[in-house]
Amino acid sequence: MDWNFSRPLKTAAAVLAGATLAITCATAHAQDKPIRIGLVTFLSGPAAGPFGVPAKMAADAIVDSLNAGKAPAPYNIKGFGGTPLELTIVDEAGGATKQVTELRNLIERQNVDFVIGYISSGDCLAVAPVAEELKTLTILFDCGTPRVFEEASYKYVFRTRSHATMDAVAGAMYLLENRPAVKSYAGINQNYAWGQDSWADFTAVMATLKPEATITSSQMPKFGAGQYGPEISALLQTNSDVIHSSLWGGDLEAFMLQATPRGLFNRSQLVLVAGEPYLHRLAGNMPDGTVVGARGPNGVYAQKSALNDWLRQIYKERAEIYPNYPAYSVAMAFLGLKAAYEKARGAGGGAPATDDVIKAFEFLNFDSPAGKVMMKLGKGHQAVTGTAYGTTRTVNGQVTVGDIKYYALERVQPPEGVKSLDWIKSGMKPGNW
Amino acid sequence: MNQLLAVLIDGLIYSSWLFIIAVGLTLIYGVMKILNIAHGSLYALGAYSAASLAGYWINQGHAPMGSYAMMLVAAILVGLIAGPVIERGLLRFMYGKDEIVLVLVTYAVFLILEDFIKLTWGVDPYFLYQPYSLLGSFDVGNLTYPVYNLVLFGMAVLIGVTLVWVLTKTRRGKMLVAVIHDREMAAAMGINVSLVYFVTFTAGAMLGAVGGALTAPMISVQPGIGAETIVLAFAVVVIGGLGSLPGAALAAVLVGLVRSAAVHYRPELDLFAIYFVMAVVLIMRPKGLFSVQEARKI
Repeated sequence: MDWNFSRPLKTAAAVLAGATLAITCATAHAQDKPIRIGLVTFLSGPAAGPFGVPAKMAADAIVDSLNAGKAPAPYNIKGFGGTPLELTIVDEAGGATKQVTELRNLIERQNVDFVIGYISSGDCLAVAPVAEELKTLTILFDCGTPRVFEEASYKYVFRTRSHATMDAVAGAMYLLENRPAVKSYAGINQNYAWGQDSWADFTAVMATLKPEATITSSQMPKFGAGQYGPEISALLQTNSDVIHSSLWGGDLEAFMLQATPRGLFNRSQLVLVAGEPYLHRLAGNMPDGTVVGARGPNGVYAQKSALNDWLRQIYKERAEIYPNYPAYSVAMAFLGLKAAYEKARGAGGGAPATDDVIKAFEFLNFDSPAGKVMMKLGKGHQAVTGTAYGTTRTVNGQVTVGDIKYYALERVQPPEGVKSLDWIKSGMKPGNW
Repeated sequence: MNQLLAVLIDGLIYSSWLFIIAVGLTLIYGVMKILNIAHGSLYALGAYSAASLAGYWINQGHAPMGSYAMMLVAAILVGLIAGPVIERGLLRFMYGKDEIVLVLVTYAVFLILEDFIKLTWGVDPYFLYQPYSLLGSFDVGNLTYPVYNLVLFGMAVLIGVTLVWVLTKTRRGKMLVAVIHDREMAAAMGINVSLVYFVTFTAGAMLGAVGGALTAPMISVQPGIGAETIVLAFAVVVIGGLGSLPGAALAAVLVGLVRSAAVHYRPELDLFAIYFVMAVVLIMRPKGLFSVQEARKI
């Protein structure tokens, strides 16, 4: 047999060239393929206006800016590590059962790579085990209940904002620093997890810091009640020094519209632990002297920085107003994920595996428009930050916030391994961070 | 101030609001045997239209007192447009079908109208708070109430009395009662049942929209308010006895007073108040307070 060596060599070279071309094309294709992020936020219902829509507008603005590589350092690489981002947006309205189904759809049918979402504490508690089951990195961006990581442990679930314990702790501290002679207080909170937890935390903090102050009334209207006549009468009759409220959305707005003409706030000072998103919406119906929180140093409490300027600018271009705290919450989620993704990607390049992103995310410290965020609780899955409170004053028809005080995280957050209520009841000793 | 008096006043104000939002629903069921879930959307449309029209009126610098007229005009317009469109365009093709089919049809209308509202007004809330405090306030003991609450009470009484008068004292009202009792027999006697249905549904739609318009100054008008309201309205109508106007009035008063008492004495029971009344009434009278004895047709 007459062997011709040149033919197999030519064939091998052709196969090698073809394979190289195929790999190159595949790599190029993989690099062009955007990272798909499912964004779940309220687009309808009472939480849409103050929370869901600002979060959605912020997410749109952030994704556009990140994809264009226009965010300040260290976030100035385009997209995530050079790969563009693509959003798939889902309405959070409809309740926890619906959200579990929607999460399955996002992951199993729409094949998103990551999920950022959830404003409602009830939704967070419901979807976290499902995200774990489906092994998809999911960031809870705004819900407040501490129970997510105090009662369970997750590998695939992160929360990039502090939990809500600090709202009550710092709120009570601020109140007592500015009004140490408080003798009595009442509460009006929605009758579900968030309202009950917030009232329980606030009363526990007050019992620790000011045990002689008495509770005069605890009103617990149902979520979406809309009519607060009897509650306002009951609160008026208590003549309390202070009224604590974690009402939000349409419930808070209706309560304020009905309580202001009845003079409730002439008798009692109001503490709104989550009142910041309503400052511009309730101009004319937000009494001076209202103590307002923003779930961290967000919104009006965010201090000047390149990142804060960036968020304020890109949000204002889209929404024509400055961002409120849900916009900051969603910014923390995107920037935290970007930091973890790029850390996992490392110098080698290429898309990191989810497990690598998770490893990089745990105990990560990253910068945000509201300052430094540290993933220190929940075995590195729960963020901690300090917080801030201030007091409202209407100037030229606009509600402004003054007398701002900032609280370091060790004063307002329980350390790892300690449940919030236990920490409060044991005297809120600063943890070792 | 005597707490009992506060319970009574708060209860009656809340009852007035409950009756206003439920009366259109009970009227439509009484005449047409349609459990109109779209009533919640008609309420929301009334609130949005009132907030838009009266808000525009105030923003244009017109006399603020005129905003009350604008609210009513908005509600009447909603009733006159949405009522005939829904009844002539959809429901008339469904008459004679099972009641559950009509519930599903009106539920579909509810979903369509909810999206229509979002498409038209967006998801941001609308505020029309001026009319709530425009009339001033009055004091009872150490409590202050806006005069607007008296307007609500007056409107509830006016609507209730007018409907009872129309149904019992006028010829057309008696024809309507005849249709309520026996549609076929009424038709055989020459009553234009189709016209009665058309007028009743339009009036019911208008009442739903009036409920929304009167509520607008007390709330932030935003998507979802219709869904919250329809649940309460249904509860009132069921407690009173489906289709009974006096029943709806009494149910509204009962629920209002029980809820007010719960808020004042045991706030933790507020959530349960309306369902407590419903449970007790339905155990005692499974068809509601004023259920009508029906003759069995052979």
